[in-house]
Amino acid sequence: MIPYALGFAIGCFALALALNLWQVTRARAVPDRVLALDTMVINVIALLVLYGIAAGTGLYFEVALLFAMTGFLSTVAYAKYLLRGDVIE
Amino acid sequence: MIAEIVITALLVIAGVFGLVGSWGLVKLPDLMTRLHAPTKATTVGVGAVLIASMAEHWRTGGGISFHELLITLFLFLTAPITAHFIAKAHMHRKVAAAELPATGSGVAWAGQDGARPAGAAPEAASADRA
Repeated sequence: MIPYALGFAIGCFALALALNLWQVTRARAVPDRVLALDTMVINVIALLVLYGIAAGTGLYFEVALLFAMTGFLSTVAYAKYLLRGDVIE
Repeated sequence: MIAEIVITALLVIAGVFGLVGSWGLVKLPDLMTRLHAPTKATTVGVGAVLIASMAEHWRTGGGISFHELLITLFLFLTAPITAHFIAKAHMHRKVAAAELPATGSGVAWAGQDGARPAGAAPEAASADRA
């Protein structure tokens, strides 16, 4: 039962990633694109953890954690750049 | 058996929530409404995935692992901050100061320091920008 649910969840998140990618190319304003990229990072984290469940290893949690940190930092840096024209003043 | 059912339900919930979040991102009309979809739905989706991962690890005899809790905690802490920053950037770029409601103090909205409220000293606002 679990493999089917895993396949369903992986399919859902893959479709969500495709929708996000479309939103990145479609959005007109820059904050819109940043939001879509941030959502892509969250979906990729979910995919990594799902792949970790499917592969049965704990290796991918560290990858997901690093991905969460870099994703958060890059989003905040981009928003800060849009706000102030500079990242660190 | 019960653990299997719970893990399956969590995975299905996660998939549906992740898809709904990204679909909302595409479908909703402007950025302020669009912020709702990923910051709520997708964090619930990822949270369900992480709980399912913990339960699966426990079910296969590996004991309870706390890595997932770390990721959940980090995501739940950072999602509101990210949304706040994106909303702030949007307000700074797209929303005119005249459209915003009054702050009720002598200070303008954050990110709107170019447009000073009535009575504020002009130097204070321009010094902030320099």
